[in-house]
Amino acid sequence: MMIPLQFYLIVAAVLFCLGLFGALARRNAVGILIGIELMLNAVNINLVAFWRYIKPSAPAFDLAGQVFALFVVTLAAAEAAIGLALIIAIYRSRDTVNVEDVDLMKW
Amino acid sequence: MLTSQLLTYIAFFVLAAVAVLGAFLAVTLRNLVRAALGLILSFMGVAGIYFVLEAEFVAVVQILIYVGAISVLILFAIMLTRGIMSSTLSAENSQWVIATFVSVLVFAILLFVAINTNWPVSPAAAVSDLIPKLGTELVTTYLLPFEAVSLLLLAALVGAIVIARE
Repeated sequence: MMIPLQFYLIVAAVLFCLGLFGALARRNAVGILIGIELMLNAVNINLVAFWRYIKPSAPAFDLAGQVFALFVVTLAAAEAAIGLALIIAIYRSRDTVNVEDVDLMKW
Repeated sequence: MLTSQLLTYIAFFVLAAVAVLGAFLAVTLRNLVRAALGLILSFMGVAGIYFVLEAEFVAVVQILIYVGAISVLILFAIMLTRGIMSSTLSAENSQWVIATFVSVLVFAILLFVAINTNWPVSPAAAVSDLIPKLGTELVTTYLLPFEAVSLLLLAALVGAIVIARE
């Protein structure tokens, strides 16, 4: 008997919620990015677990879960690069990475 | 047969514990360099979970991209913006109570859905010669998203250089 699918989903849910907490509660912008990366990882665990346990109806999409996971990894890399570039730009112009001090567009 | 199943279970629980512990350290530690190291631990645990799921290629990509590239990028950003967070200020902002509440609520919902849904699990064996198939799929069935993603990577590359330039 294989490990039940629910175990993977629960691990992914724990990782997602830890990441969500980090993204919402961190003061440092880099900490927020760390939280977002954790959330993307949790989504990827779900995609790969569904690929392994549930067969799609059309055989052409046998590998859909893995391909989706690879695209998510690519997007996470692009997101991290842009996010960190933005943080460095903010740090250069405002001398802070505390998101509570960067509230120019907040009303 | 039974021993290998037992070993799979043990591997899964150890790797899941590593991933969750790393994630917990990454979101709670004050020192951001330590938090980033916790994040790397979590990434390694997740890569191990992919190995348990028999998705070797995704596992290796996870180690290469996340552990190898994204963690280094995050550590670089921490080094470049160092010494700015004062030690008297707490690591969490003023809305951390609401954040905890929202996280716990989302976790409860996800847990409910994961356990109460009747997943149509089919106990089929994993695909053999997976990596050649994956390569073929990427440039046939998924050609359009593949090209879109390469364009996105180019845009991210140029954008990151333009934004971070002095």
